[in-house]
Amino acid sequence: MTETLPGRATAASSLSATALLCRWVVRQAAAQETWFITALDHLQTSADERTLHLFLGQVPRRLGKADLELTPQDLTAAHALLPGWSPLDWSLDGAARIAGLLTFHGPRPFAALFEDLVRTADARELITLYRGLSFYPEPAALSAQVGAGLRSNIRAVFEAIAHGNPYPRDHFDLHRWNHMVLKALFIGSRLAPIVGIDQRNNPELARILLDYADERWAAGRAVTPELWRCVGPCVDALGAYAALQRAMAGSPAERLAAGLALSQTDTPSARHLLASAPETAALIDTGRVGWGNFHHYEAI
Amino acid sequence: MYIDPHAHMISRTTDDYEAMAAAGVVALIEPAFWVGQPRTFVGTYVDYLSSLVGWERFRAGQFGIRHYCTIGLNSKEANNEALAEGVMEWLPRFAMKEGVVAIGEIGYDEQTPLEEKYFRAQLALAKELALPVMVHTPHRDKKRGTSRSMDVCEEMGLDPSWVVIDHNNEETVRETLDRGYWAGFSIYPSTKMGNARMVELLRYYGGDRIIVDSACDWGISDCLGVAKTARLALASGIDEQVVRQVTYANALCVYGKSGQMHESDWLDPPGIDQRTLYEGNSILRGGREPRIEHPDRHAADDLLID
Repeated sequence: MTETLPGRATAASSLSATALLCRWVVRQAAAQETWFITALDHLQTSADERTLHLFLGQVPRRLGKADLELTPQDLTAAHALLPGWSPLDWSLDGAARIAGLLTFHGPRPFAALFEDLVRTADARELITLYRGLSFYPEPAALSAQVGAGLRSNIRAVFEAIAHGNPYPRDHFDLHRWNHMVLKALFIGSRLAPIVGIDQRNNPELARILLDYADERWAAGRAVTPELWRCVGPCVDALGAYAALQRAMAGSPAERLAAGLALSQTDTPSARHLLASAPETAALIDTGRVGWGNFHHYEAI
Repeated sequence: MYIDPHAHMISRTTDDYEAMAAAGVVALIEPAFWVGQPRTFVGTYVDYLSSLVGWERFRAGQFGIRHYCTIGLNSKEANNEALAEGVMEWLPRFAMKEGVVAIGEIGYDEQTPLEEKYFRAQLALAKELALPVMVHTPHRDKKRGTSRSMDVCEEMGLDPSWVVIDHNNEETVRETLDRGYWAGFSIYPSTKMGNARMVELLRYYGGDRIIVDSACDWGISDCLGVAKTARLALASGIDEQVVRQVTYANALCVYGKSGQMHESDWLDPPGIDQRTLYEGNSILRGGREPRIEHPDRHAADDLLID
C-alpha cells in the first residue's frame, strides 16, 4: 500500500504538528484556553478511552465551531512541517480535536482506536478525523478506514482526504490514487487542491480520464476542464490530440485548460494544435495563467 | 419557517426533503426509533445511530434543512434483552454527538418489565448528561401508559419542563399539560392525530407547551404534516402567534435546552458548515426562488430523465 515518496510524514513530525495545532487553538481559545490546556494534560496522562471520547465531545461545545484563523506565517509553518499540508479550511474545533487525538496514547493500537472513532463519528467529526491522517502514528495501518472515507457519499468527507491533505500523495498506491482523482471529477470536486496532483500523475490515470471524457461527451455532458491537466503529459503516448482539439473548441475555460495541457508537451502536433488558438497560446505564454486560476478567465 | 420535531427521514425520499424545504421546513428532529422490523444485532443498531448523526444529517443539509436527532433505545426493541444491553453500552457515546438534542424516543410499547427497565435507565442517562427527553407514548392502553410514563419520569427525578410527551390525543393532553410537560401531537393519518382535530385542540388549549410534528416514517404518513397543520390553523382563524409557537418556537425552546440547536444554525450558519454540510435554505436566501421550479418533475407523464 505504502510508497516512499518525498515529503512523507514521519512519526517525529507528529510532535510538532501537535505543537503547531496547540499554538493555533490556544491563540483563538480566549476564555477556554485554560480548559483546553488542562484537558490536553489530562489526555496525556490518562490511557482511558473515555477521557478521549469526553474530550472530543466537549471541544465544539467549549471552543465553538469558528474557522481557524491563520496568518500567512502559519501556512508557511504548516508547509515547512509537511510540504503540501494546507490547514486553510480547518475549523477551531477540528484543530483542537486532532491535537487531543495526537496527545492521547491509549491501550489499543492507534488503528483500532481510529476505526472505533470513525464508526461512531458524526458528520463533522468524520471530516476532522480524515483531515488529520498525515499526522497519526502508523499511517499505513489506516488503509481500510481511508478506503471507507474515500467511498463516502458525503462530499466533504471525501474532500477531507483529497484536498489540502498530503496523505494520499504520500501513502496511496497507484490504483487508489487514480480512483481518488477520477472520483473527484465524477462528483464535481476540484483537482487543483489535491496535493501531489502533478507529482503522482501517471499514464494509467491519463488513459482512465481520457475514457471518462469520451464517456461524458457520448452522453451529451460537459467535461470538467481540469481533467486535461492529467491527460496533458501523456497526450502523445495516448494519441489524445483529437480529444484536445475538441476541448479547444469548447468554452473559454476548456480552451485554456486544453491549451495548458498542450503546452506541457513539446511535440509538433501539440505545437500545431496550440497555434490554432493564438490568443489562448499568447495568454499562456505570459505565464499568468495556470491550473490554479484558468477558470477565472471567462472570455478569450 | 417551520420545525418538524419528529420525522424519521431515514425512511423518506429526496422528493420529501424537497417538498419539506419548499413548504418552509428549516429544521427537523429525527428520533431514534425502530425501523419497521427488529434489529437482531447490536452492530446494526450502532450503525443506525451512526447514520442519524452522520449520513442523514448530511442528506438533509443538501436540501437546506438542518437535521437534529434524538438518541435512544426504543420500547419495542427494549424487549430483546441481549440487544438492549449491548445498545445501552453504546448510547452514552452517541448522546454527546453534534446535533443530538434529546434522549428519545423512549417509553412504553406493551408496558413490559423490560421496557420499564430500559426506560428508567435512559431517563437516568438523560439526567446525567443534561439532555431533554422525548417520550413515545404507547398506541395501546394509551391513557394509562401516558400517565405511567409521567409517573416514572417524576420518580426518576426529571424536570417536566425538560420532557416532551409525544403522540398525545384528546384523552391525554389535559393531564400532560397539567403536570407541566410539553405535549407533542403527531399529525399522522388514521392512527394518531388528524390536523382538523389538531386545530380544534389549538382553539381550546392555545399554544403554550404544545408541539406539532409529522412523525413521518416508513408507514403511510405525510412529511408535510406540520406545514399543512399550520396553514389549516391559520385558515381556521387560529392566532398567528399560536401557530408559530406550536410549529416552530416551542420545539426550539425545549430541544434547544440541549445546547445543540440554535436559530442561528439555519439563519446564520458557521462558515465551515456552509462549506461542508449545509447547502442553505433557498427560502432564507431571499424568497421563494427556484425550489418549486419543477412541479411536474415526478409526474408519470413527464418522460424525460436527464
